[in-house]
Amino acid sequence: MKIPLLAFNDKGIYCHQADVYLDPWRPVTNAIITHGHADHSRWGHKNYITHHTNVPIIKHRLGDINVTGKDWNETFTINGVKFSLHPAGHIIGSAQIRVEYKGEVWVFTGDYKTEDDGISVPYEPVKCHTFITENTFGLPAFNWIPQAEVMTDINNWWAENKAEGKTSILFGYTLGKAQRLLKYLDTSNGKIFTHGAVENMTNVLRPMVDFPPTTLITRDTKKEEFTGNIVLAPPSAHGSIWIRKMTPFVTGSASGWMAFRGARRRRAIDKGFVLSDHCDWYGLLDSIKATGAEKIICTHGYSDVFSKYLREIGYDARTEHTQYEGDEGETAETDKAELEQGNVDAA
Amino acid sequence: MKNFAELIKALDSSNKTSVKVDALTEYFRRASPEDKVWTIAILSHRRPPRPVNTTLLRLWANELANIPLWLFEESYHIVGDLAETIALIIPTTKEHSDKSLTEFLQEMIALKKKTDDEKREYLRTNWLALNYYERFVFTKLITGSFRIGVSQKLMTRALSKAEGVDEDLLAYKLMGDWNPDKITFQELILDEKSSDYLSKPFPFYLAYPIEGEVSALGDPEDWSIEHKWDGIRSQTIIRENEMYVWSRGEELVTDKYPEFHSFVGIIPNGTVIDGEILPFPEGQIGTFNDLQTRIGRKTVSAALLAKTPVIIKAYDLLEWEGKDIRNLPYDERRDLLEKLYETIKDSNLPIQISERVNLKSWEDVTTERMRAREMKSEGLMLKKRDSAYQVGRKKGDWWKWKIEPLVIDAVLTYAMRGSGRRANLFTDYTFALWQDNENGERELVTFAKAYSGLTDAEFRKVDDWIKKHTLERFGPVRSVTPQLVFEIGFEGIAFSKRHKSGVATRFPRILRWRHDKKIEEANSIEDIKNMISHTTE
Repeated sequence: MKIPLLAFNDKGIYCHQADVYLDPWRPVTNAIITHGHADHSRWGHKNYITHHTNVPIIKHRLGDINVTGKDWNETFTINGVKFSLHPAGHIIGSAQIRVEYKGEVWVFTGDYKTEDDGISVPYEPVKCHTFITENTFGLPAFNWIPQAEVMTDINNWWAENKAEGKTSILFGYTLGKAQRLLKYLDTSNGKIFTHGAVENMTNVLRPMVDFPPTTLITRDTKKEEFTGNIVLAPPSAHGSIWIRKMTPFVTGSASGWMAFRGARRRRAIDKGFVLSDHCDWYGLLDSIKATGAEKIICTHGYSDVFSKYLREIGYDARTEHTQYEGDEGETAETDKAELEQGNVDAA
Repeated sequence: MKNFAELIKALDSSNKTSVKVDALTEYFRRASPEDKVWTIAILSHRRPPRPVNTTLLRLWANELANIPLWLFEESYHIVGDLAETIALIIPTTKEHSDKSLTEFLQEMIALKKKTDDEKREYLRTNWLALNYYERFVFTKLITGSFRIGVSQKLMTRALSKAEGVDEDLLAYKLMGDWNPDKITFQELILDEKSSDYLSKPFPFYLAYPIEGEVSALGDPEDWSIEHKWDGIRSQTIIRENEMYVWSRGEELVTDKYPEFHSFVGIIPNGTVIDGEILPFPEGQIGTFNDLQTRIGRKTVSAALLAKTPVIIKAYDLLEWEGKDIRNLPYDERRDLLEKLYETIKDSNLPIQISERVNLKSWEDVTTERMRAREMKSEGLMLKKRDSAYQVGRKKGDWWKWKIEPLVIDAVLTYAMRGSGRRANLFTDYTFALWQDNENGERELVTFAKAYSGLTDAEFRKVDDWIKKHTLERFGPVRSVTPQLVFEIGFEGIAFSKRHKSGVATRFPRILRWRHDKKIEEANSIEDIKNMISHTTE
């Protein structure tokens, strides 16, 4: 039997012809990386290739690694296989990986979203024969509302809390969500304070994006300084000793999971804002259509349900099990390594 | 509807009681009298009957969302709430609706009698005219009650603040059998009419569990002690030659217990008795399992009446000679109750008195508590001798001191997703015990389901484990590799023909995760059956 151009093995998505892995989850020699979240860019590979805007991000996260940055649409050939990176719109520097060999084209999305967030380079559909897609929010119950409306809600919420003399604490994962929120916070409401993990990552991205000023919370930050202002923190800070200093406060969380009342109540968050860096139901379906692909491989999220539906509407679709997170669990929009770092900074 | 949806959203958005009370108070201050009546009705579970069954509801919602039914069902299992799933999958349009809550509810009442085509049209029109949260609330009004952490007590407090009517008086006014479609706010809340109160019970006074040492309650002589009966808390009302029975859930259950009609004419008019409905087969107290056969029935057959009769274990007197005596000290109310009982005890009525146990020291109380299983009680009740009969759950004067549960180690075999705040997590578990089959091999047999007892962090761990150890999926249920052992506690146990294991347990719950035990060390069906002979014979 012919070896497929991309195959799933115990280390990751493997291109046999080029001896290259895409987002491998165990240490390998050559890895092409879609984006900087910990489940996609892991530690221990010998050579990393990624979009050049992701280079400072993964260097910040993984330290001194051997990494090559590429431009959008720049083709690089390895043993006859043509690779190129295309915007995925998930977070800054997030790419889809296009793989072409002897006229056959595969695309691996990593994580992606169709809405232009004004920070990441917007998603572009790439024509292919086989499309490997995430399905983090692959259920018809997920239908996002436009970012501008969500940000208006968030800024109004901040203003209301301020009027009541309370501090607003807004949770969003450290790489991506925190900066997306930061970019659109209305600074006429007050000051923006940051948790250490958020501040560090934001500083890495400041050369690339214009963000409002932030104030890092330190041991010396006085209790009174918080009143009426907003704090950006990773989800792990919720319920920690660290946030007690901001009393009286109101908590909010920005995540796709906030679409479900149960998810918000379980976390005991006061206010949930539905804001995701992944595709919603129609985002996934429209993207798949736009690629023109006939074969669809679903990697992580509600993959079984989603691929079953795709088969029903005429695609050749299947699920492959990967170690990317965002299964039915709720870790998709948190980032374990970041959280640990956040906790250290917070201590 | 906009304001009501905003209210529900506010109540649903906070876990803090003060925030909820403020939101409700503010709502009551602004809402129209009609909307207020309906809001009180909805928050006290007096919804109009469901106008459309859920099968049709799903079907029509799916048509609108253009998805197959199986995909809806998958989504529903994950979301964990039918109305929420429907609201999520239906697209939001630019339309809006200015109809009031009352208009919607009146339409829903009228809808019940309409044809399926009319119902379908009504739902489609409104689903598309409402925004996401209004759509959720609208659908919830059709499908079921709101579980948003608003107790009747909390609502009453807010209403009291908004209207300036005494909280206890309001609690009294809101009890009983009133119809939100027929009553005005003026009649329900503001008017004072004694004739309406003929069937009205008093709000129940509820006990808190004892935490810590019982001796911390002070002098044992200050306390009246009796056993805590395991039946249905009830109030029996005899007024103007009519008899009414209310259960603690404020449900009028008179028709379920026809044997109590014999009280009329013997127990004087103007009497309200607080007591426990207990099963009494073959002249002695039965198990809660016996009572289950009576609870579900609206009307009771003569055969069932003969097989499982019930009695009232009376423990308090709330109204005597037509007067509300709740403010008398407990001892005085008891004296009146005991005097009443003296006059009727030879009439062969299905009523007994819950005897007070005379105990001088906390050691004696502790010893008495250990007799609970022998007495077929759940433990002891401790009531302060000089206490008034209060409203709701208030700390200080009434305490319940239940016996330690029976415990057994069982194996987790099936898991189902929870609902509400546990939606999307596997938190509803089925447990099994060992039994020898016909071939002499040991196999696991289901014996109980349990939903509570682990911390959120433990539930997340077990949830994660379940996802990695799933054997088979049956809709929302998964079978898992038998590997985890849990200590299960329960209050009682009885033989049962309906269960494969042959036993039925009362209040099973998880006590702890036995990381230290292998499944081979879990208990057997035989072990649990032995508990029956020890506890009830």
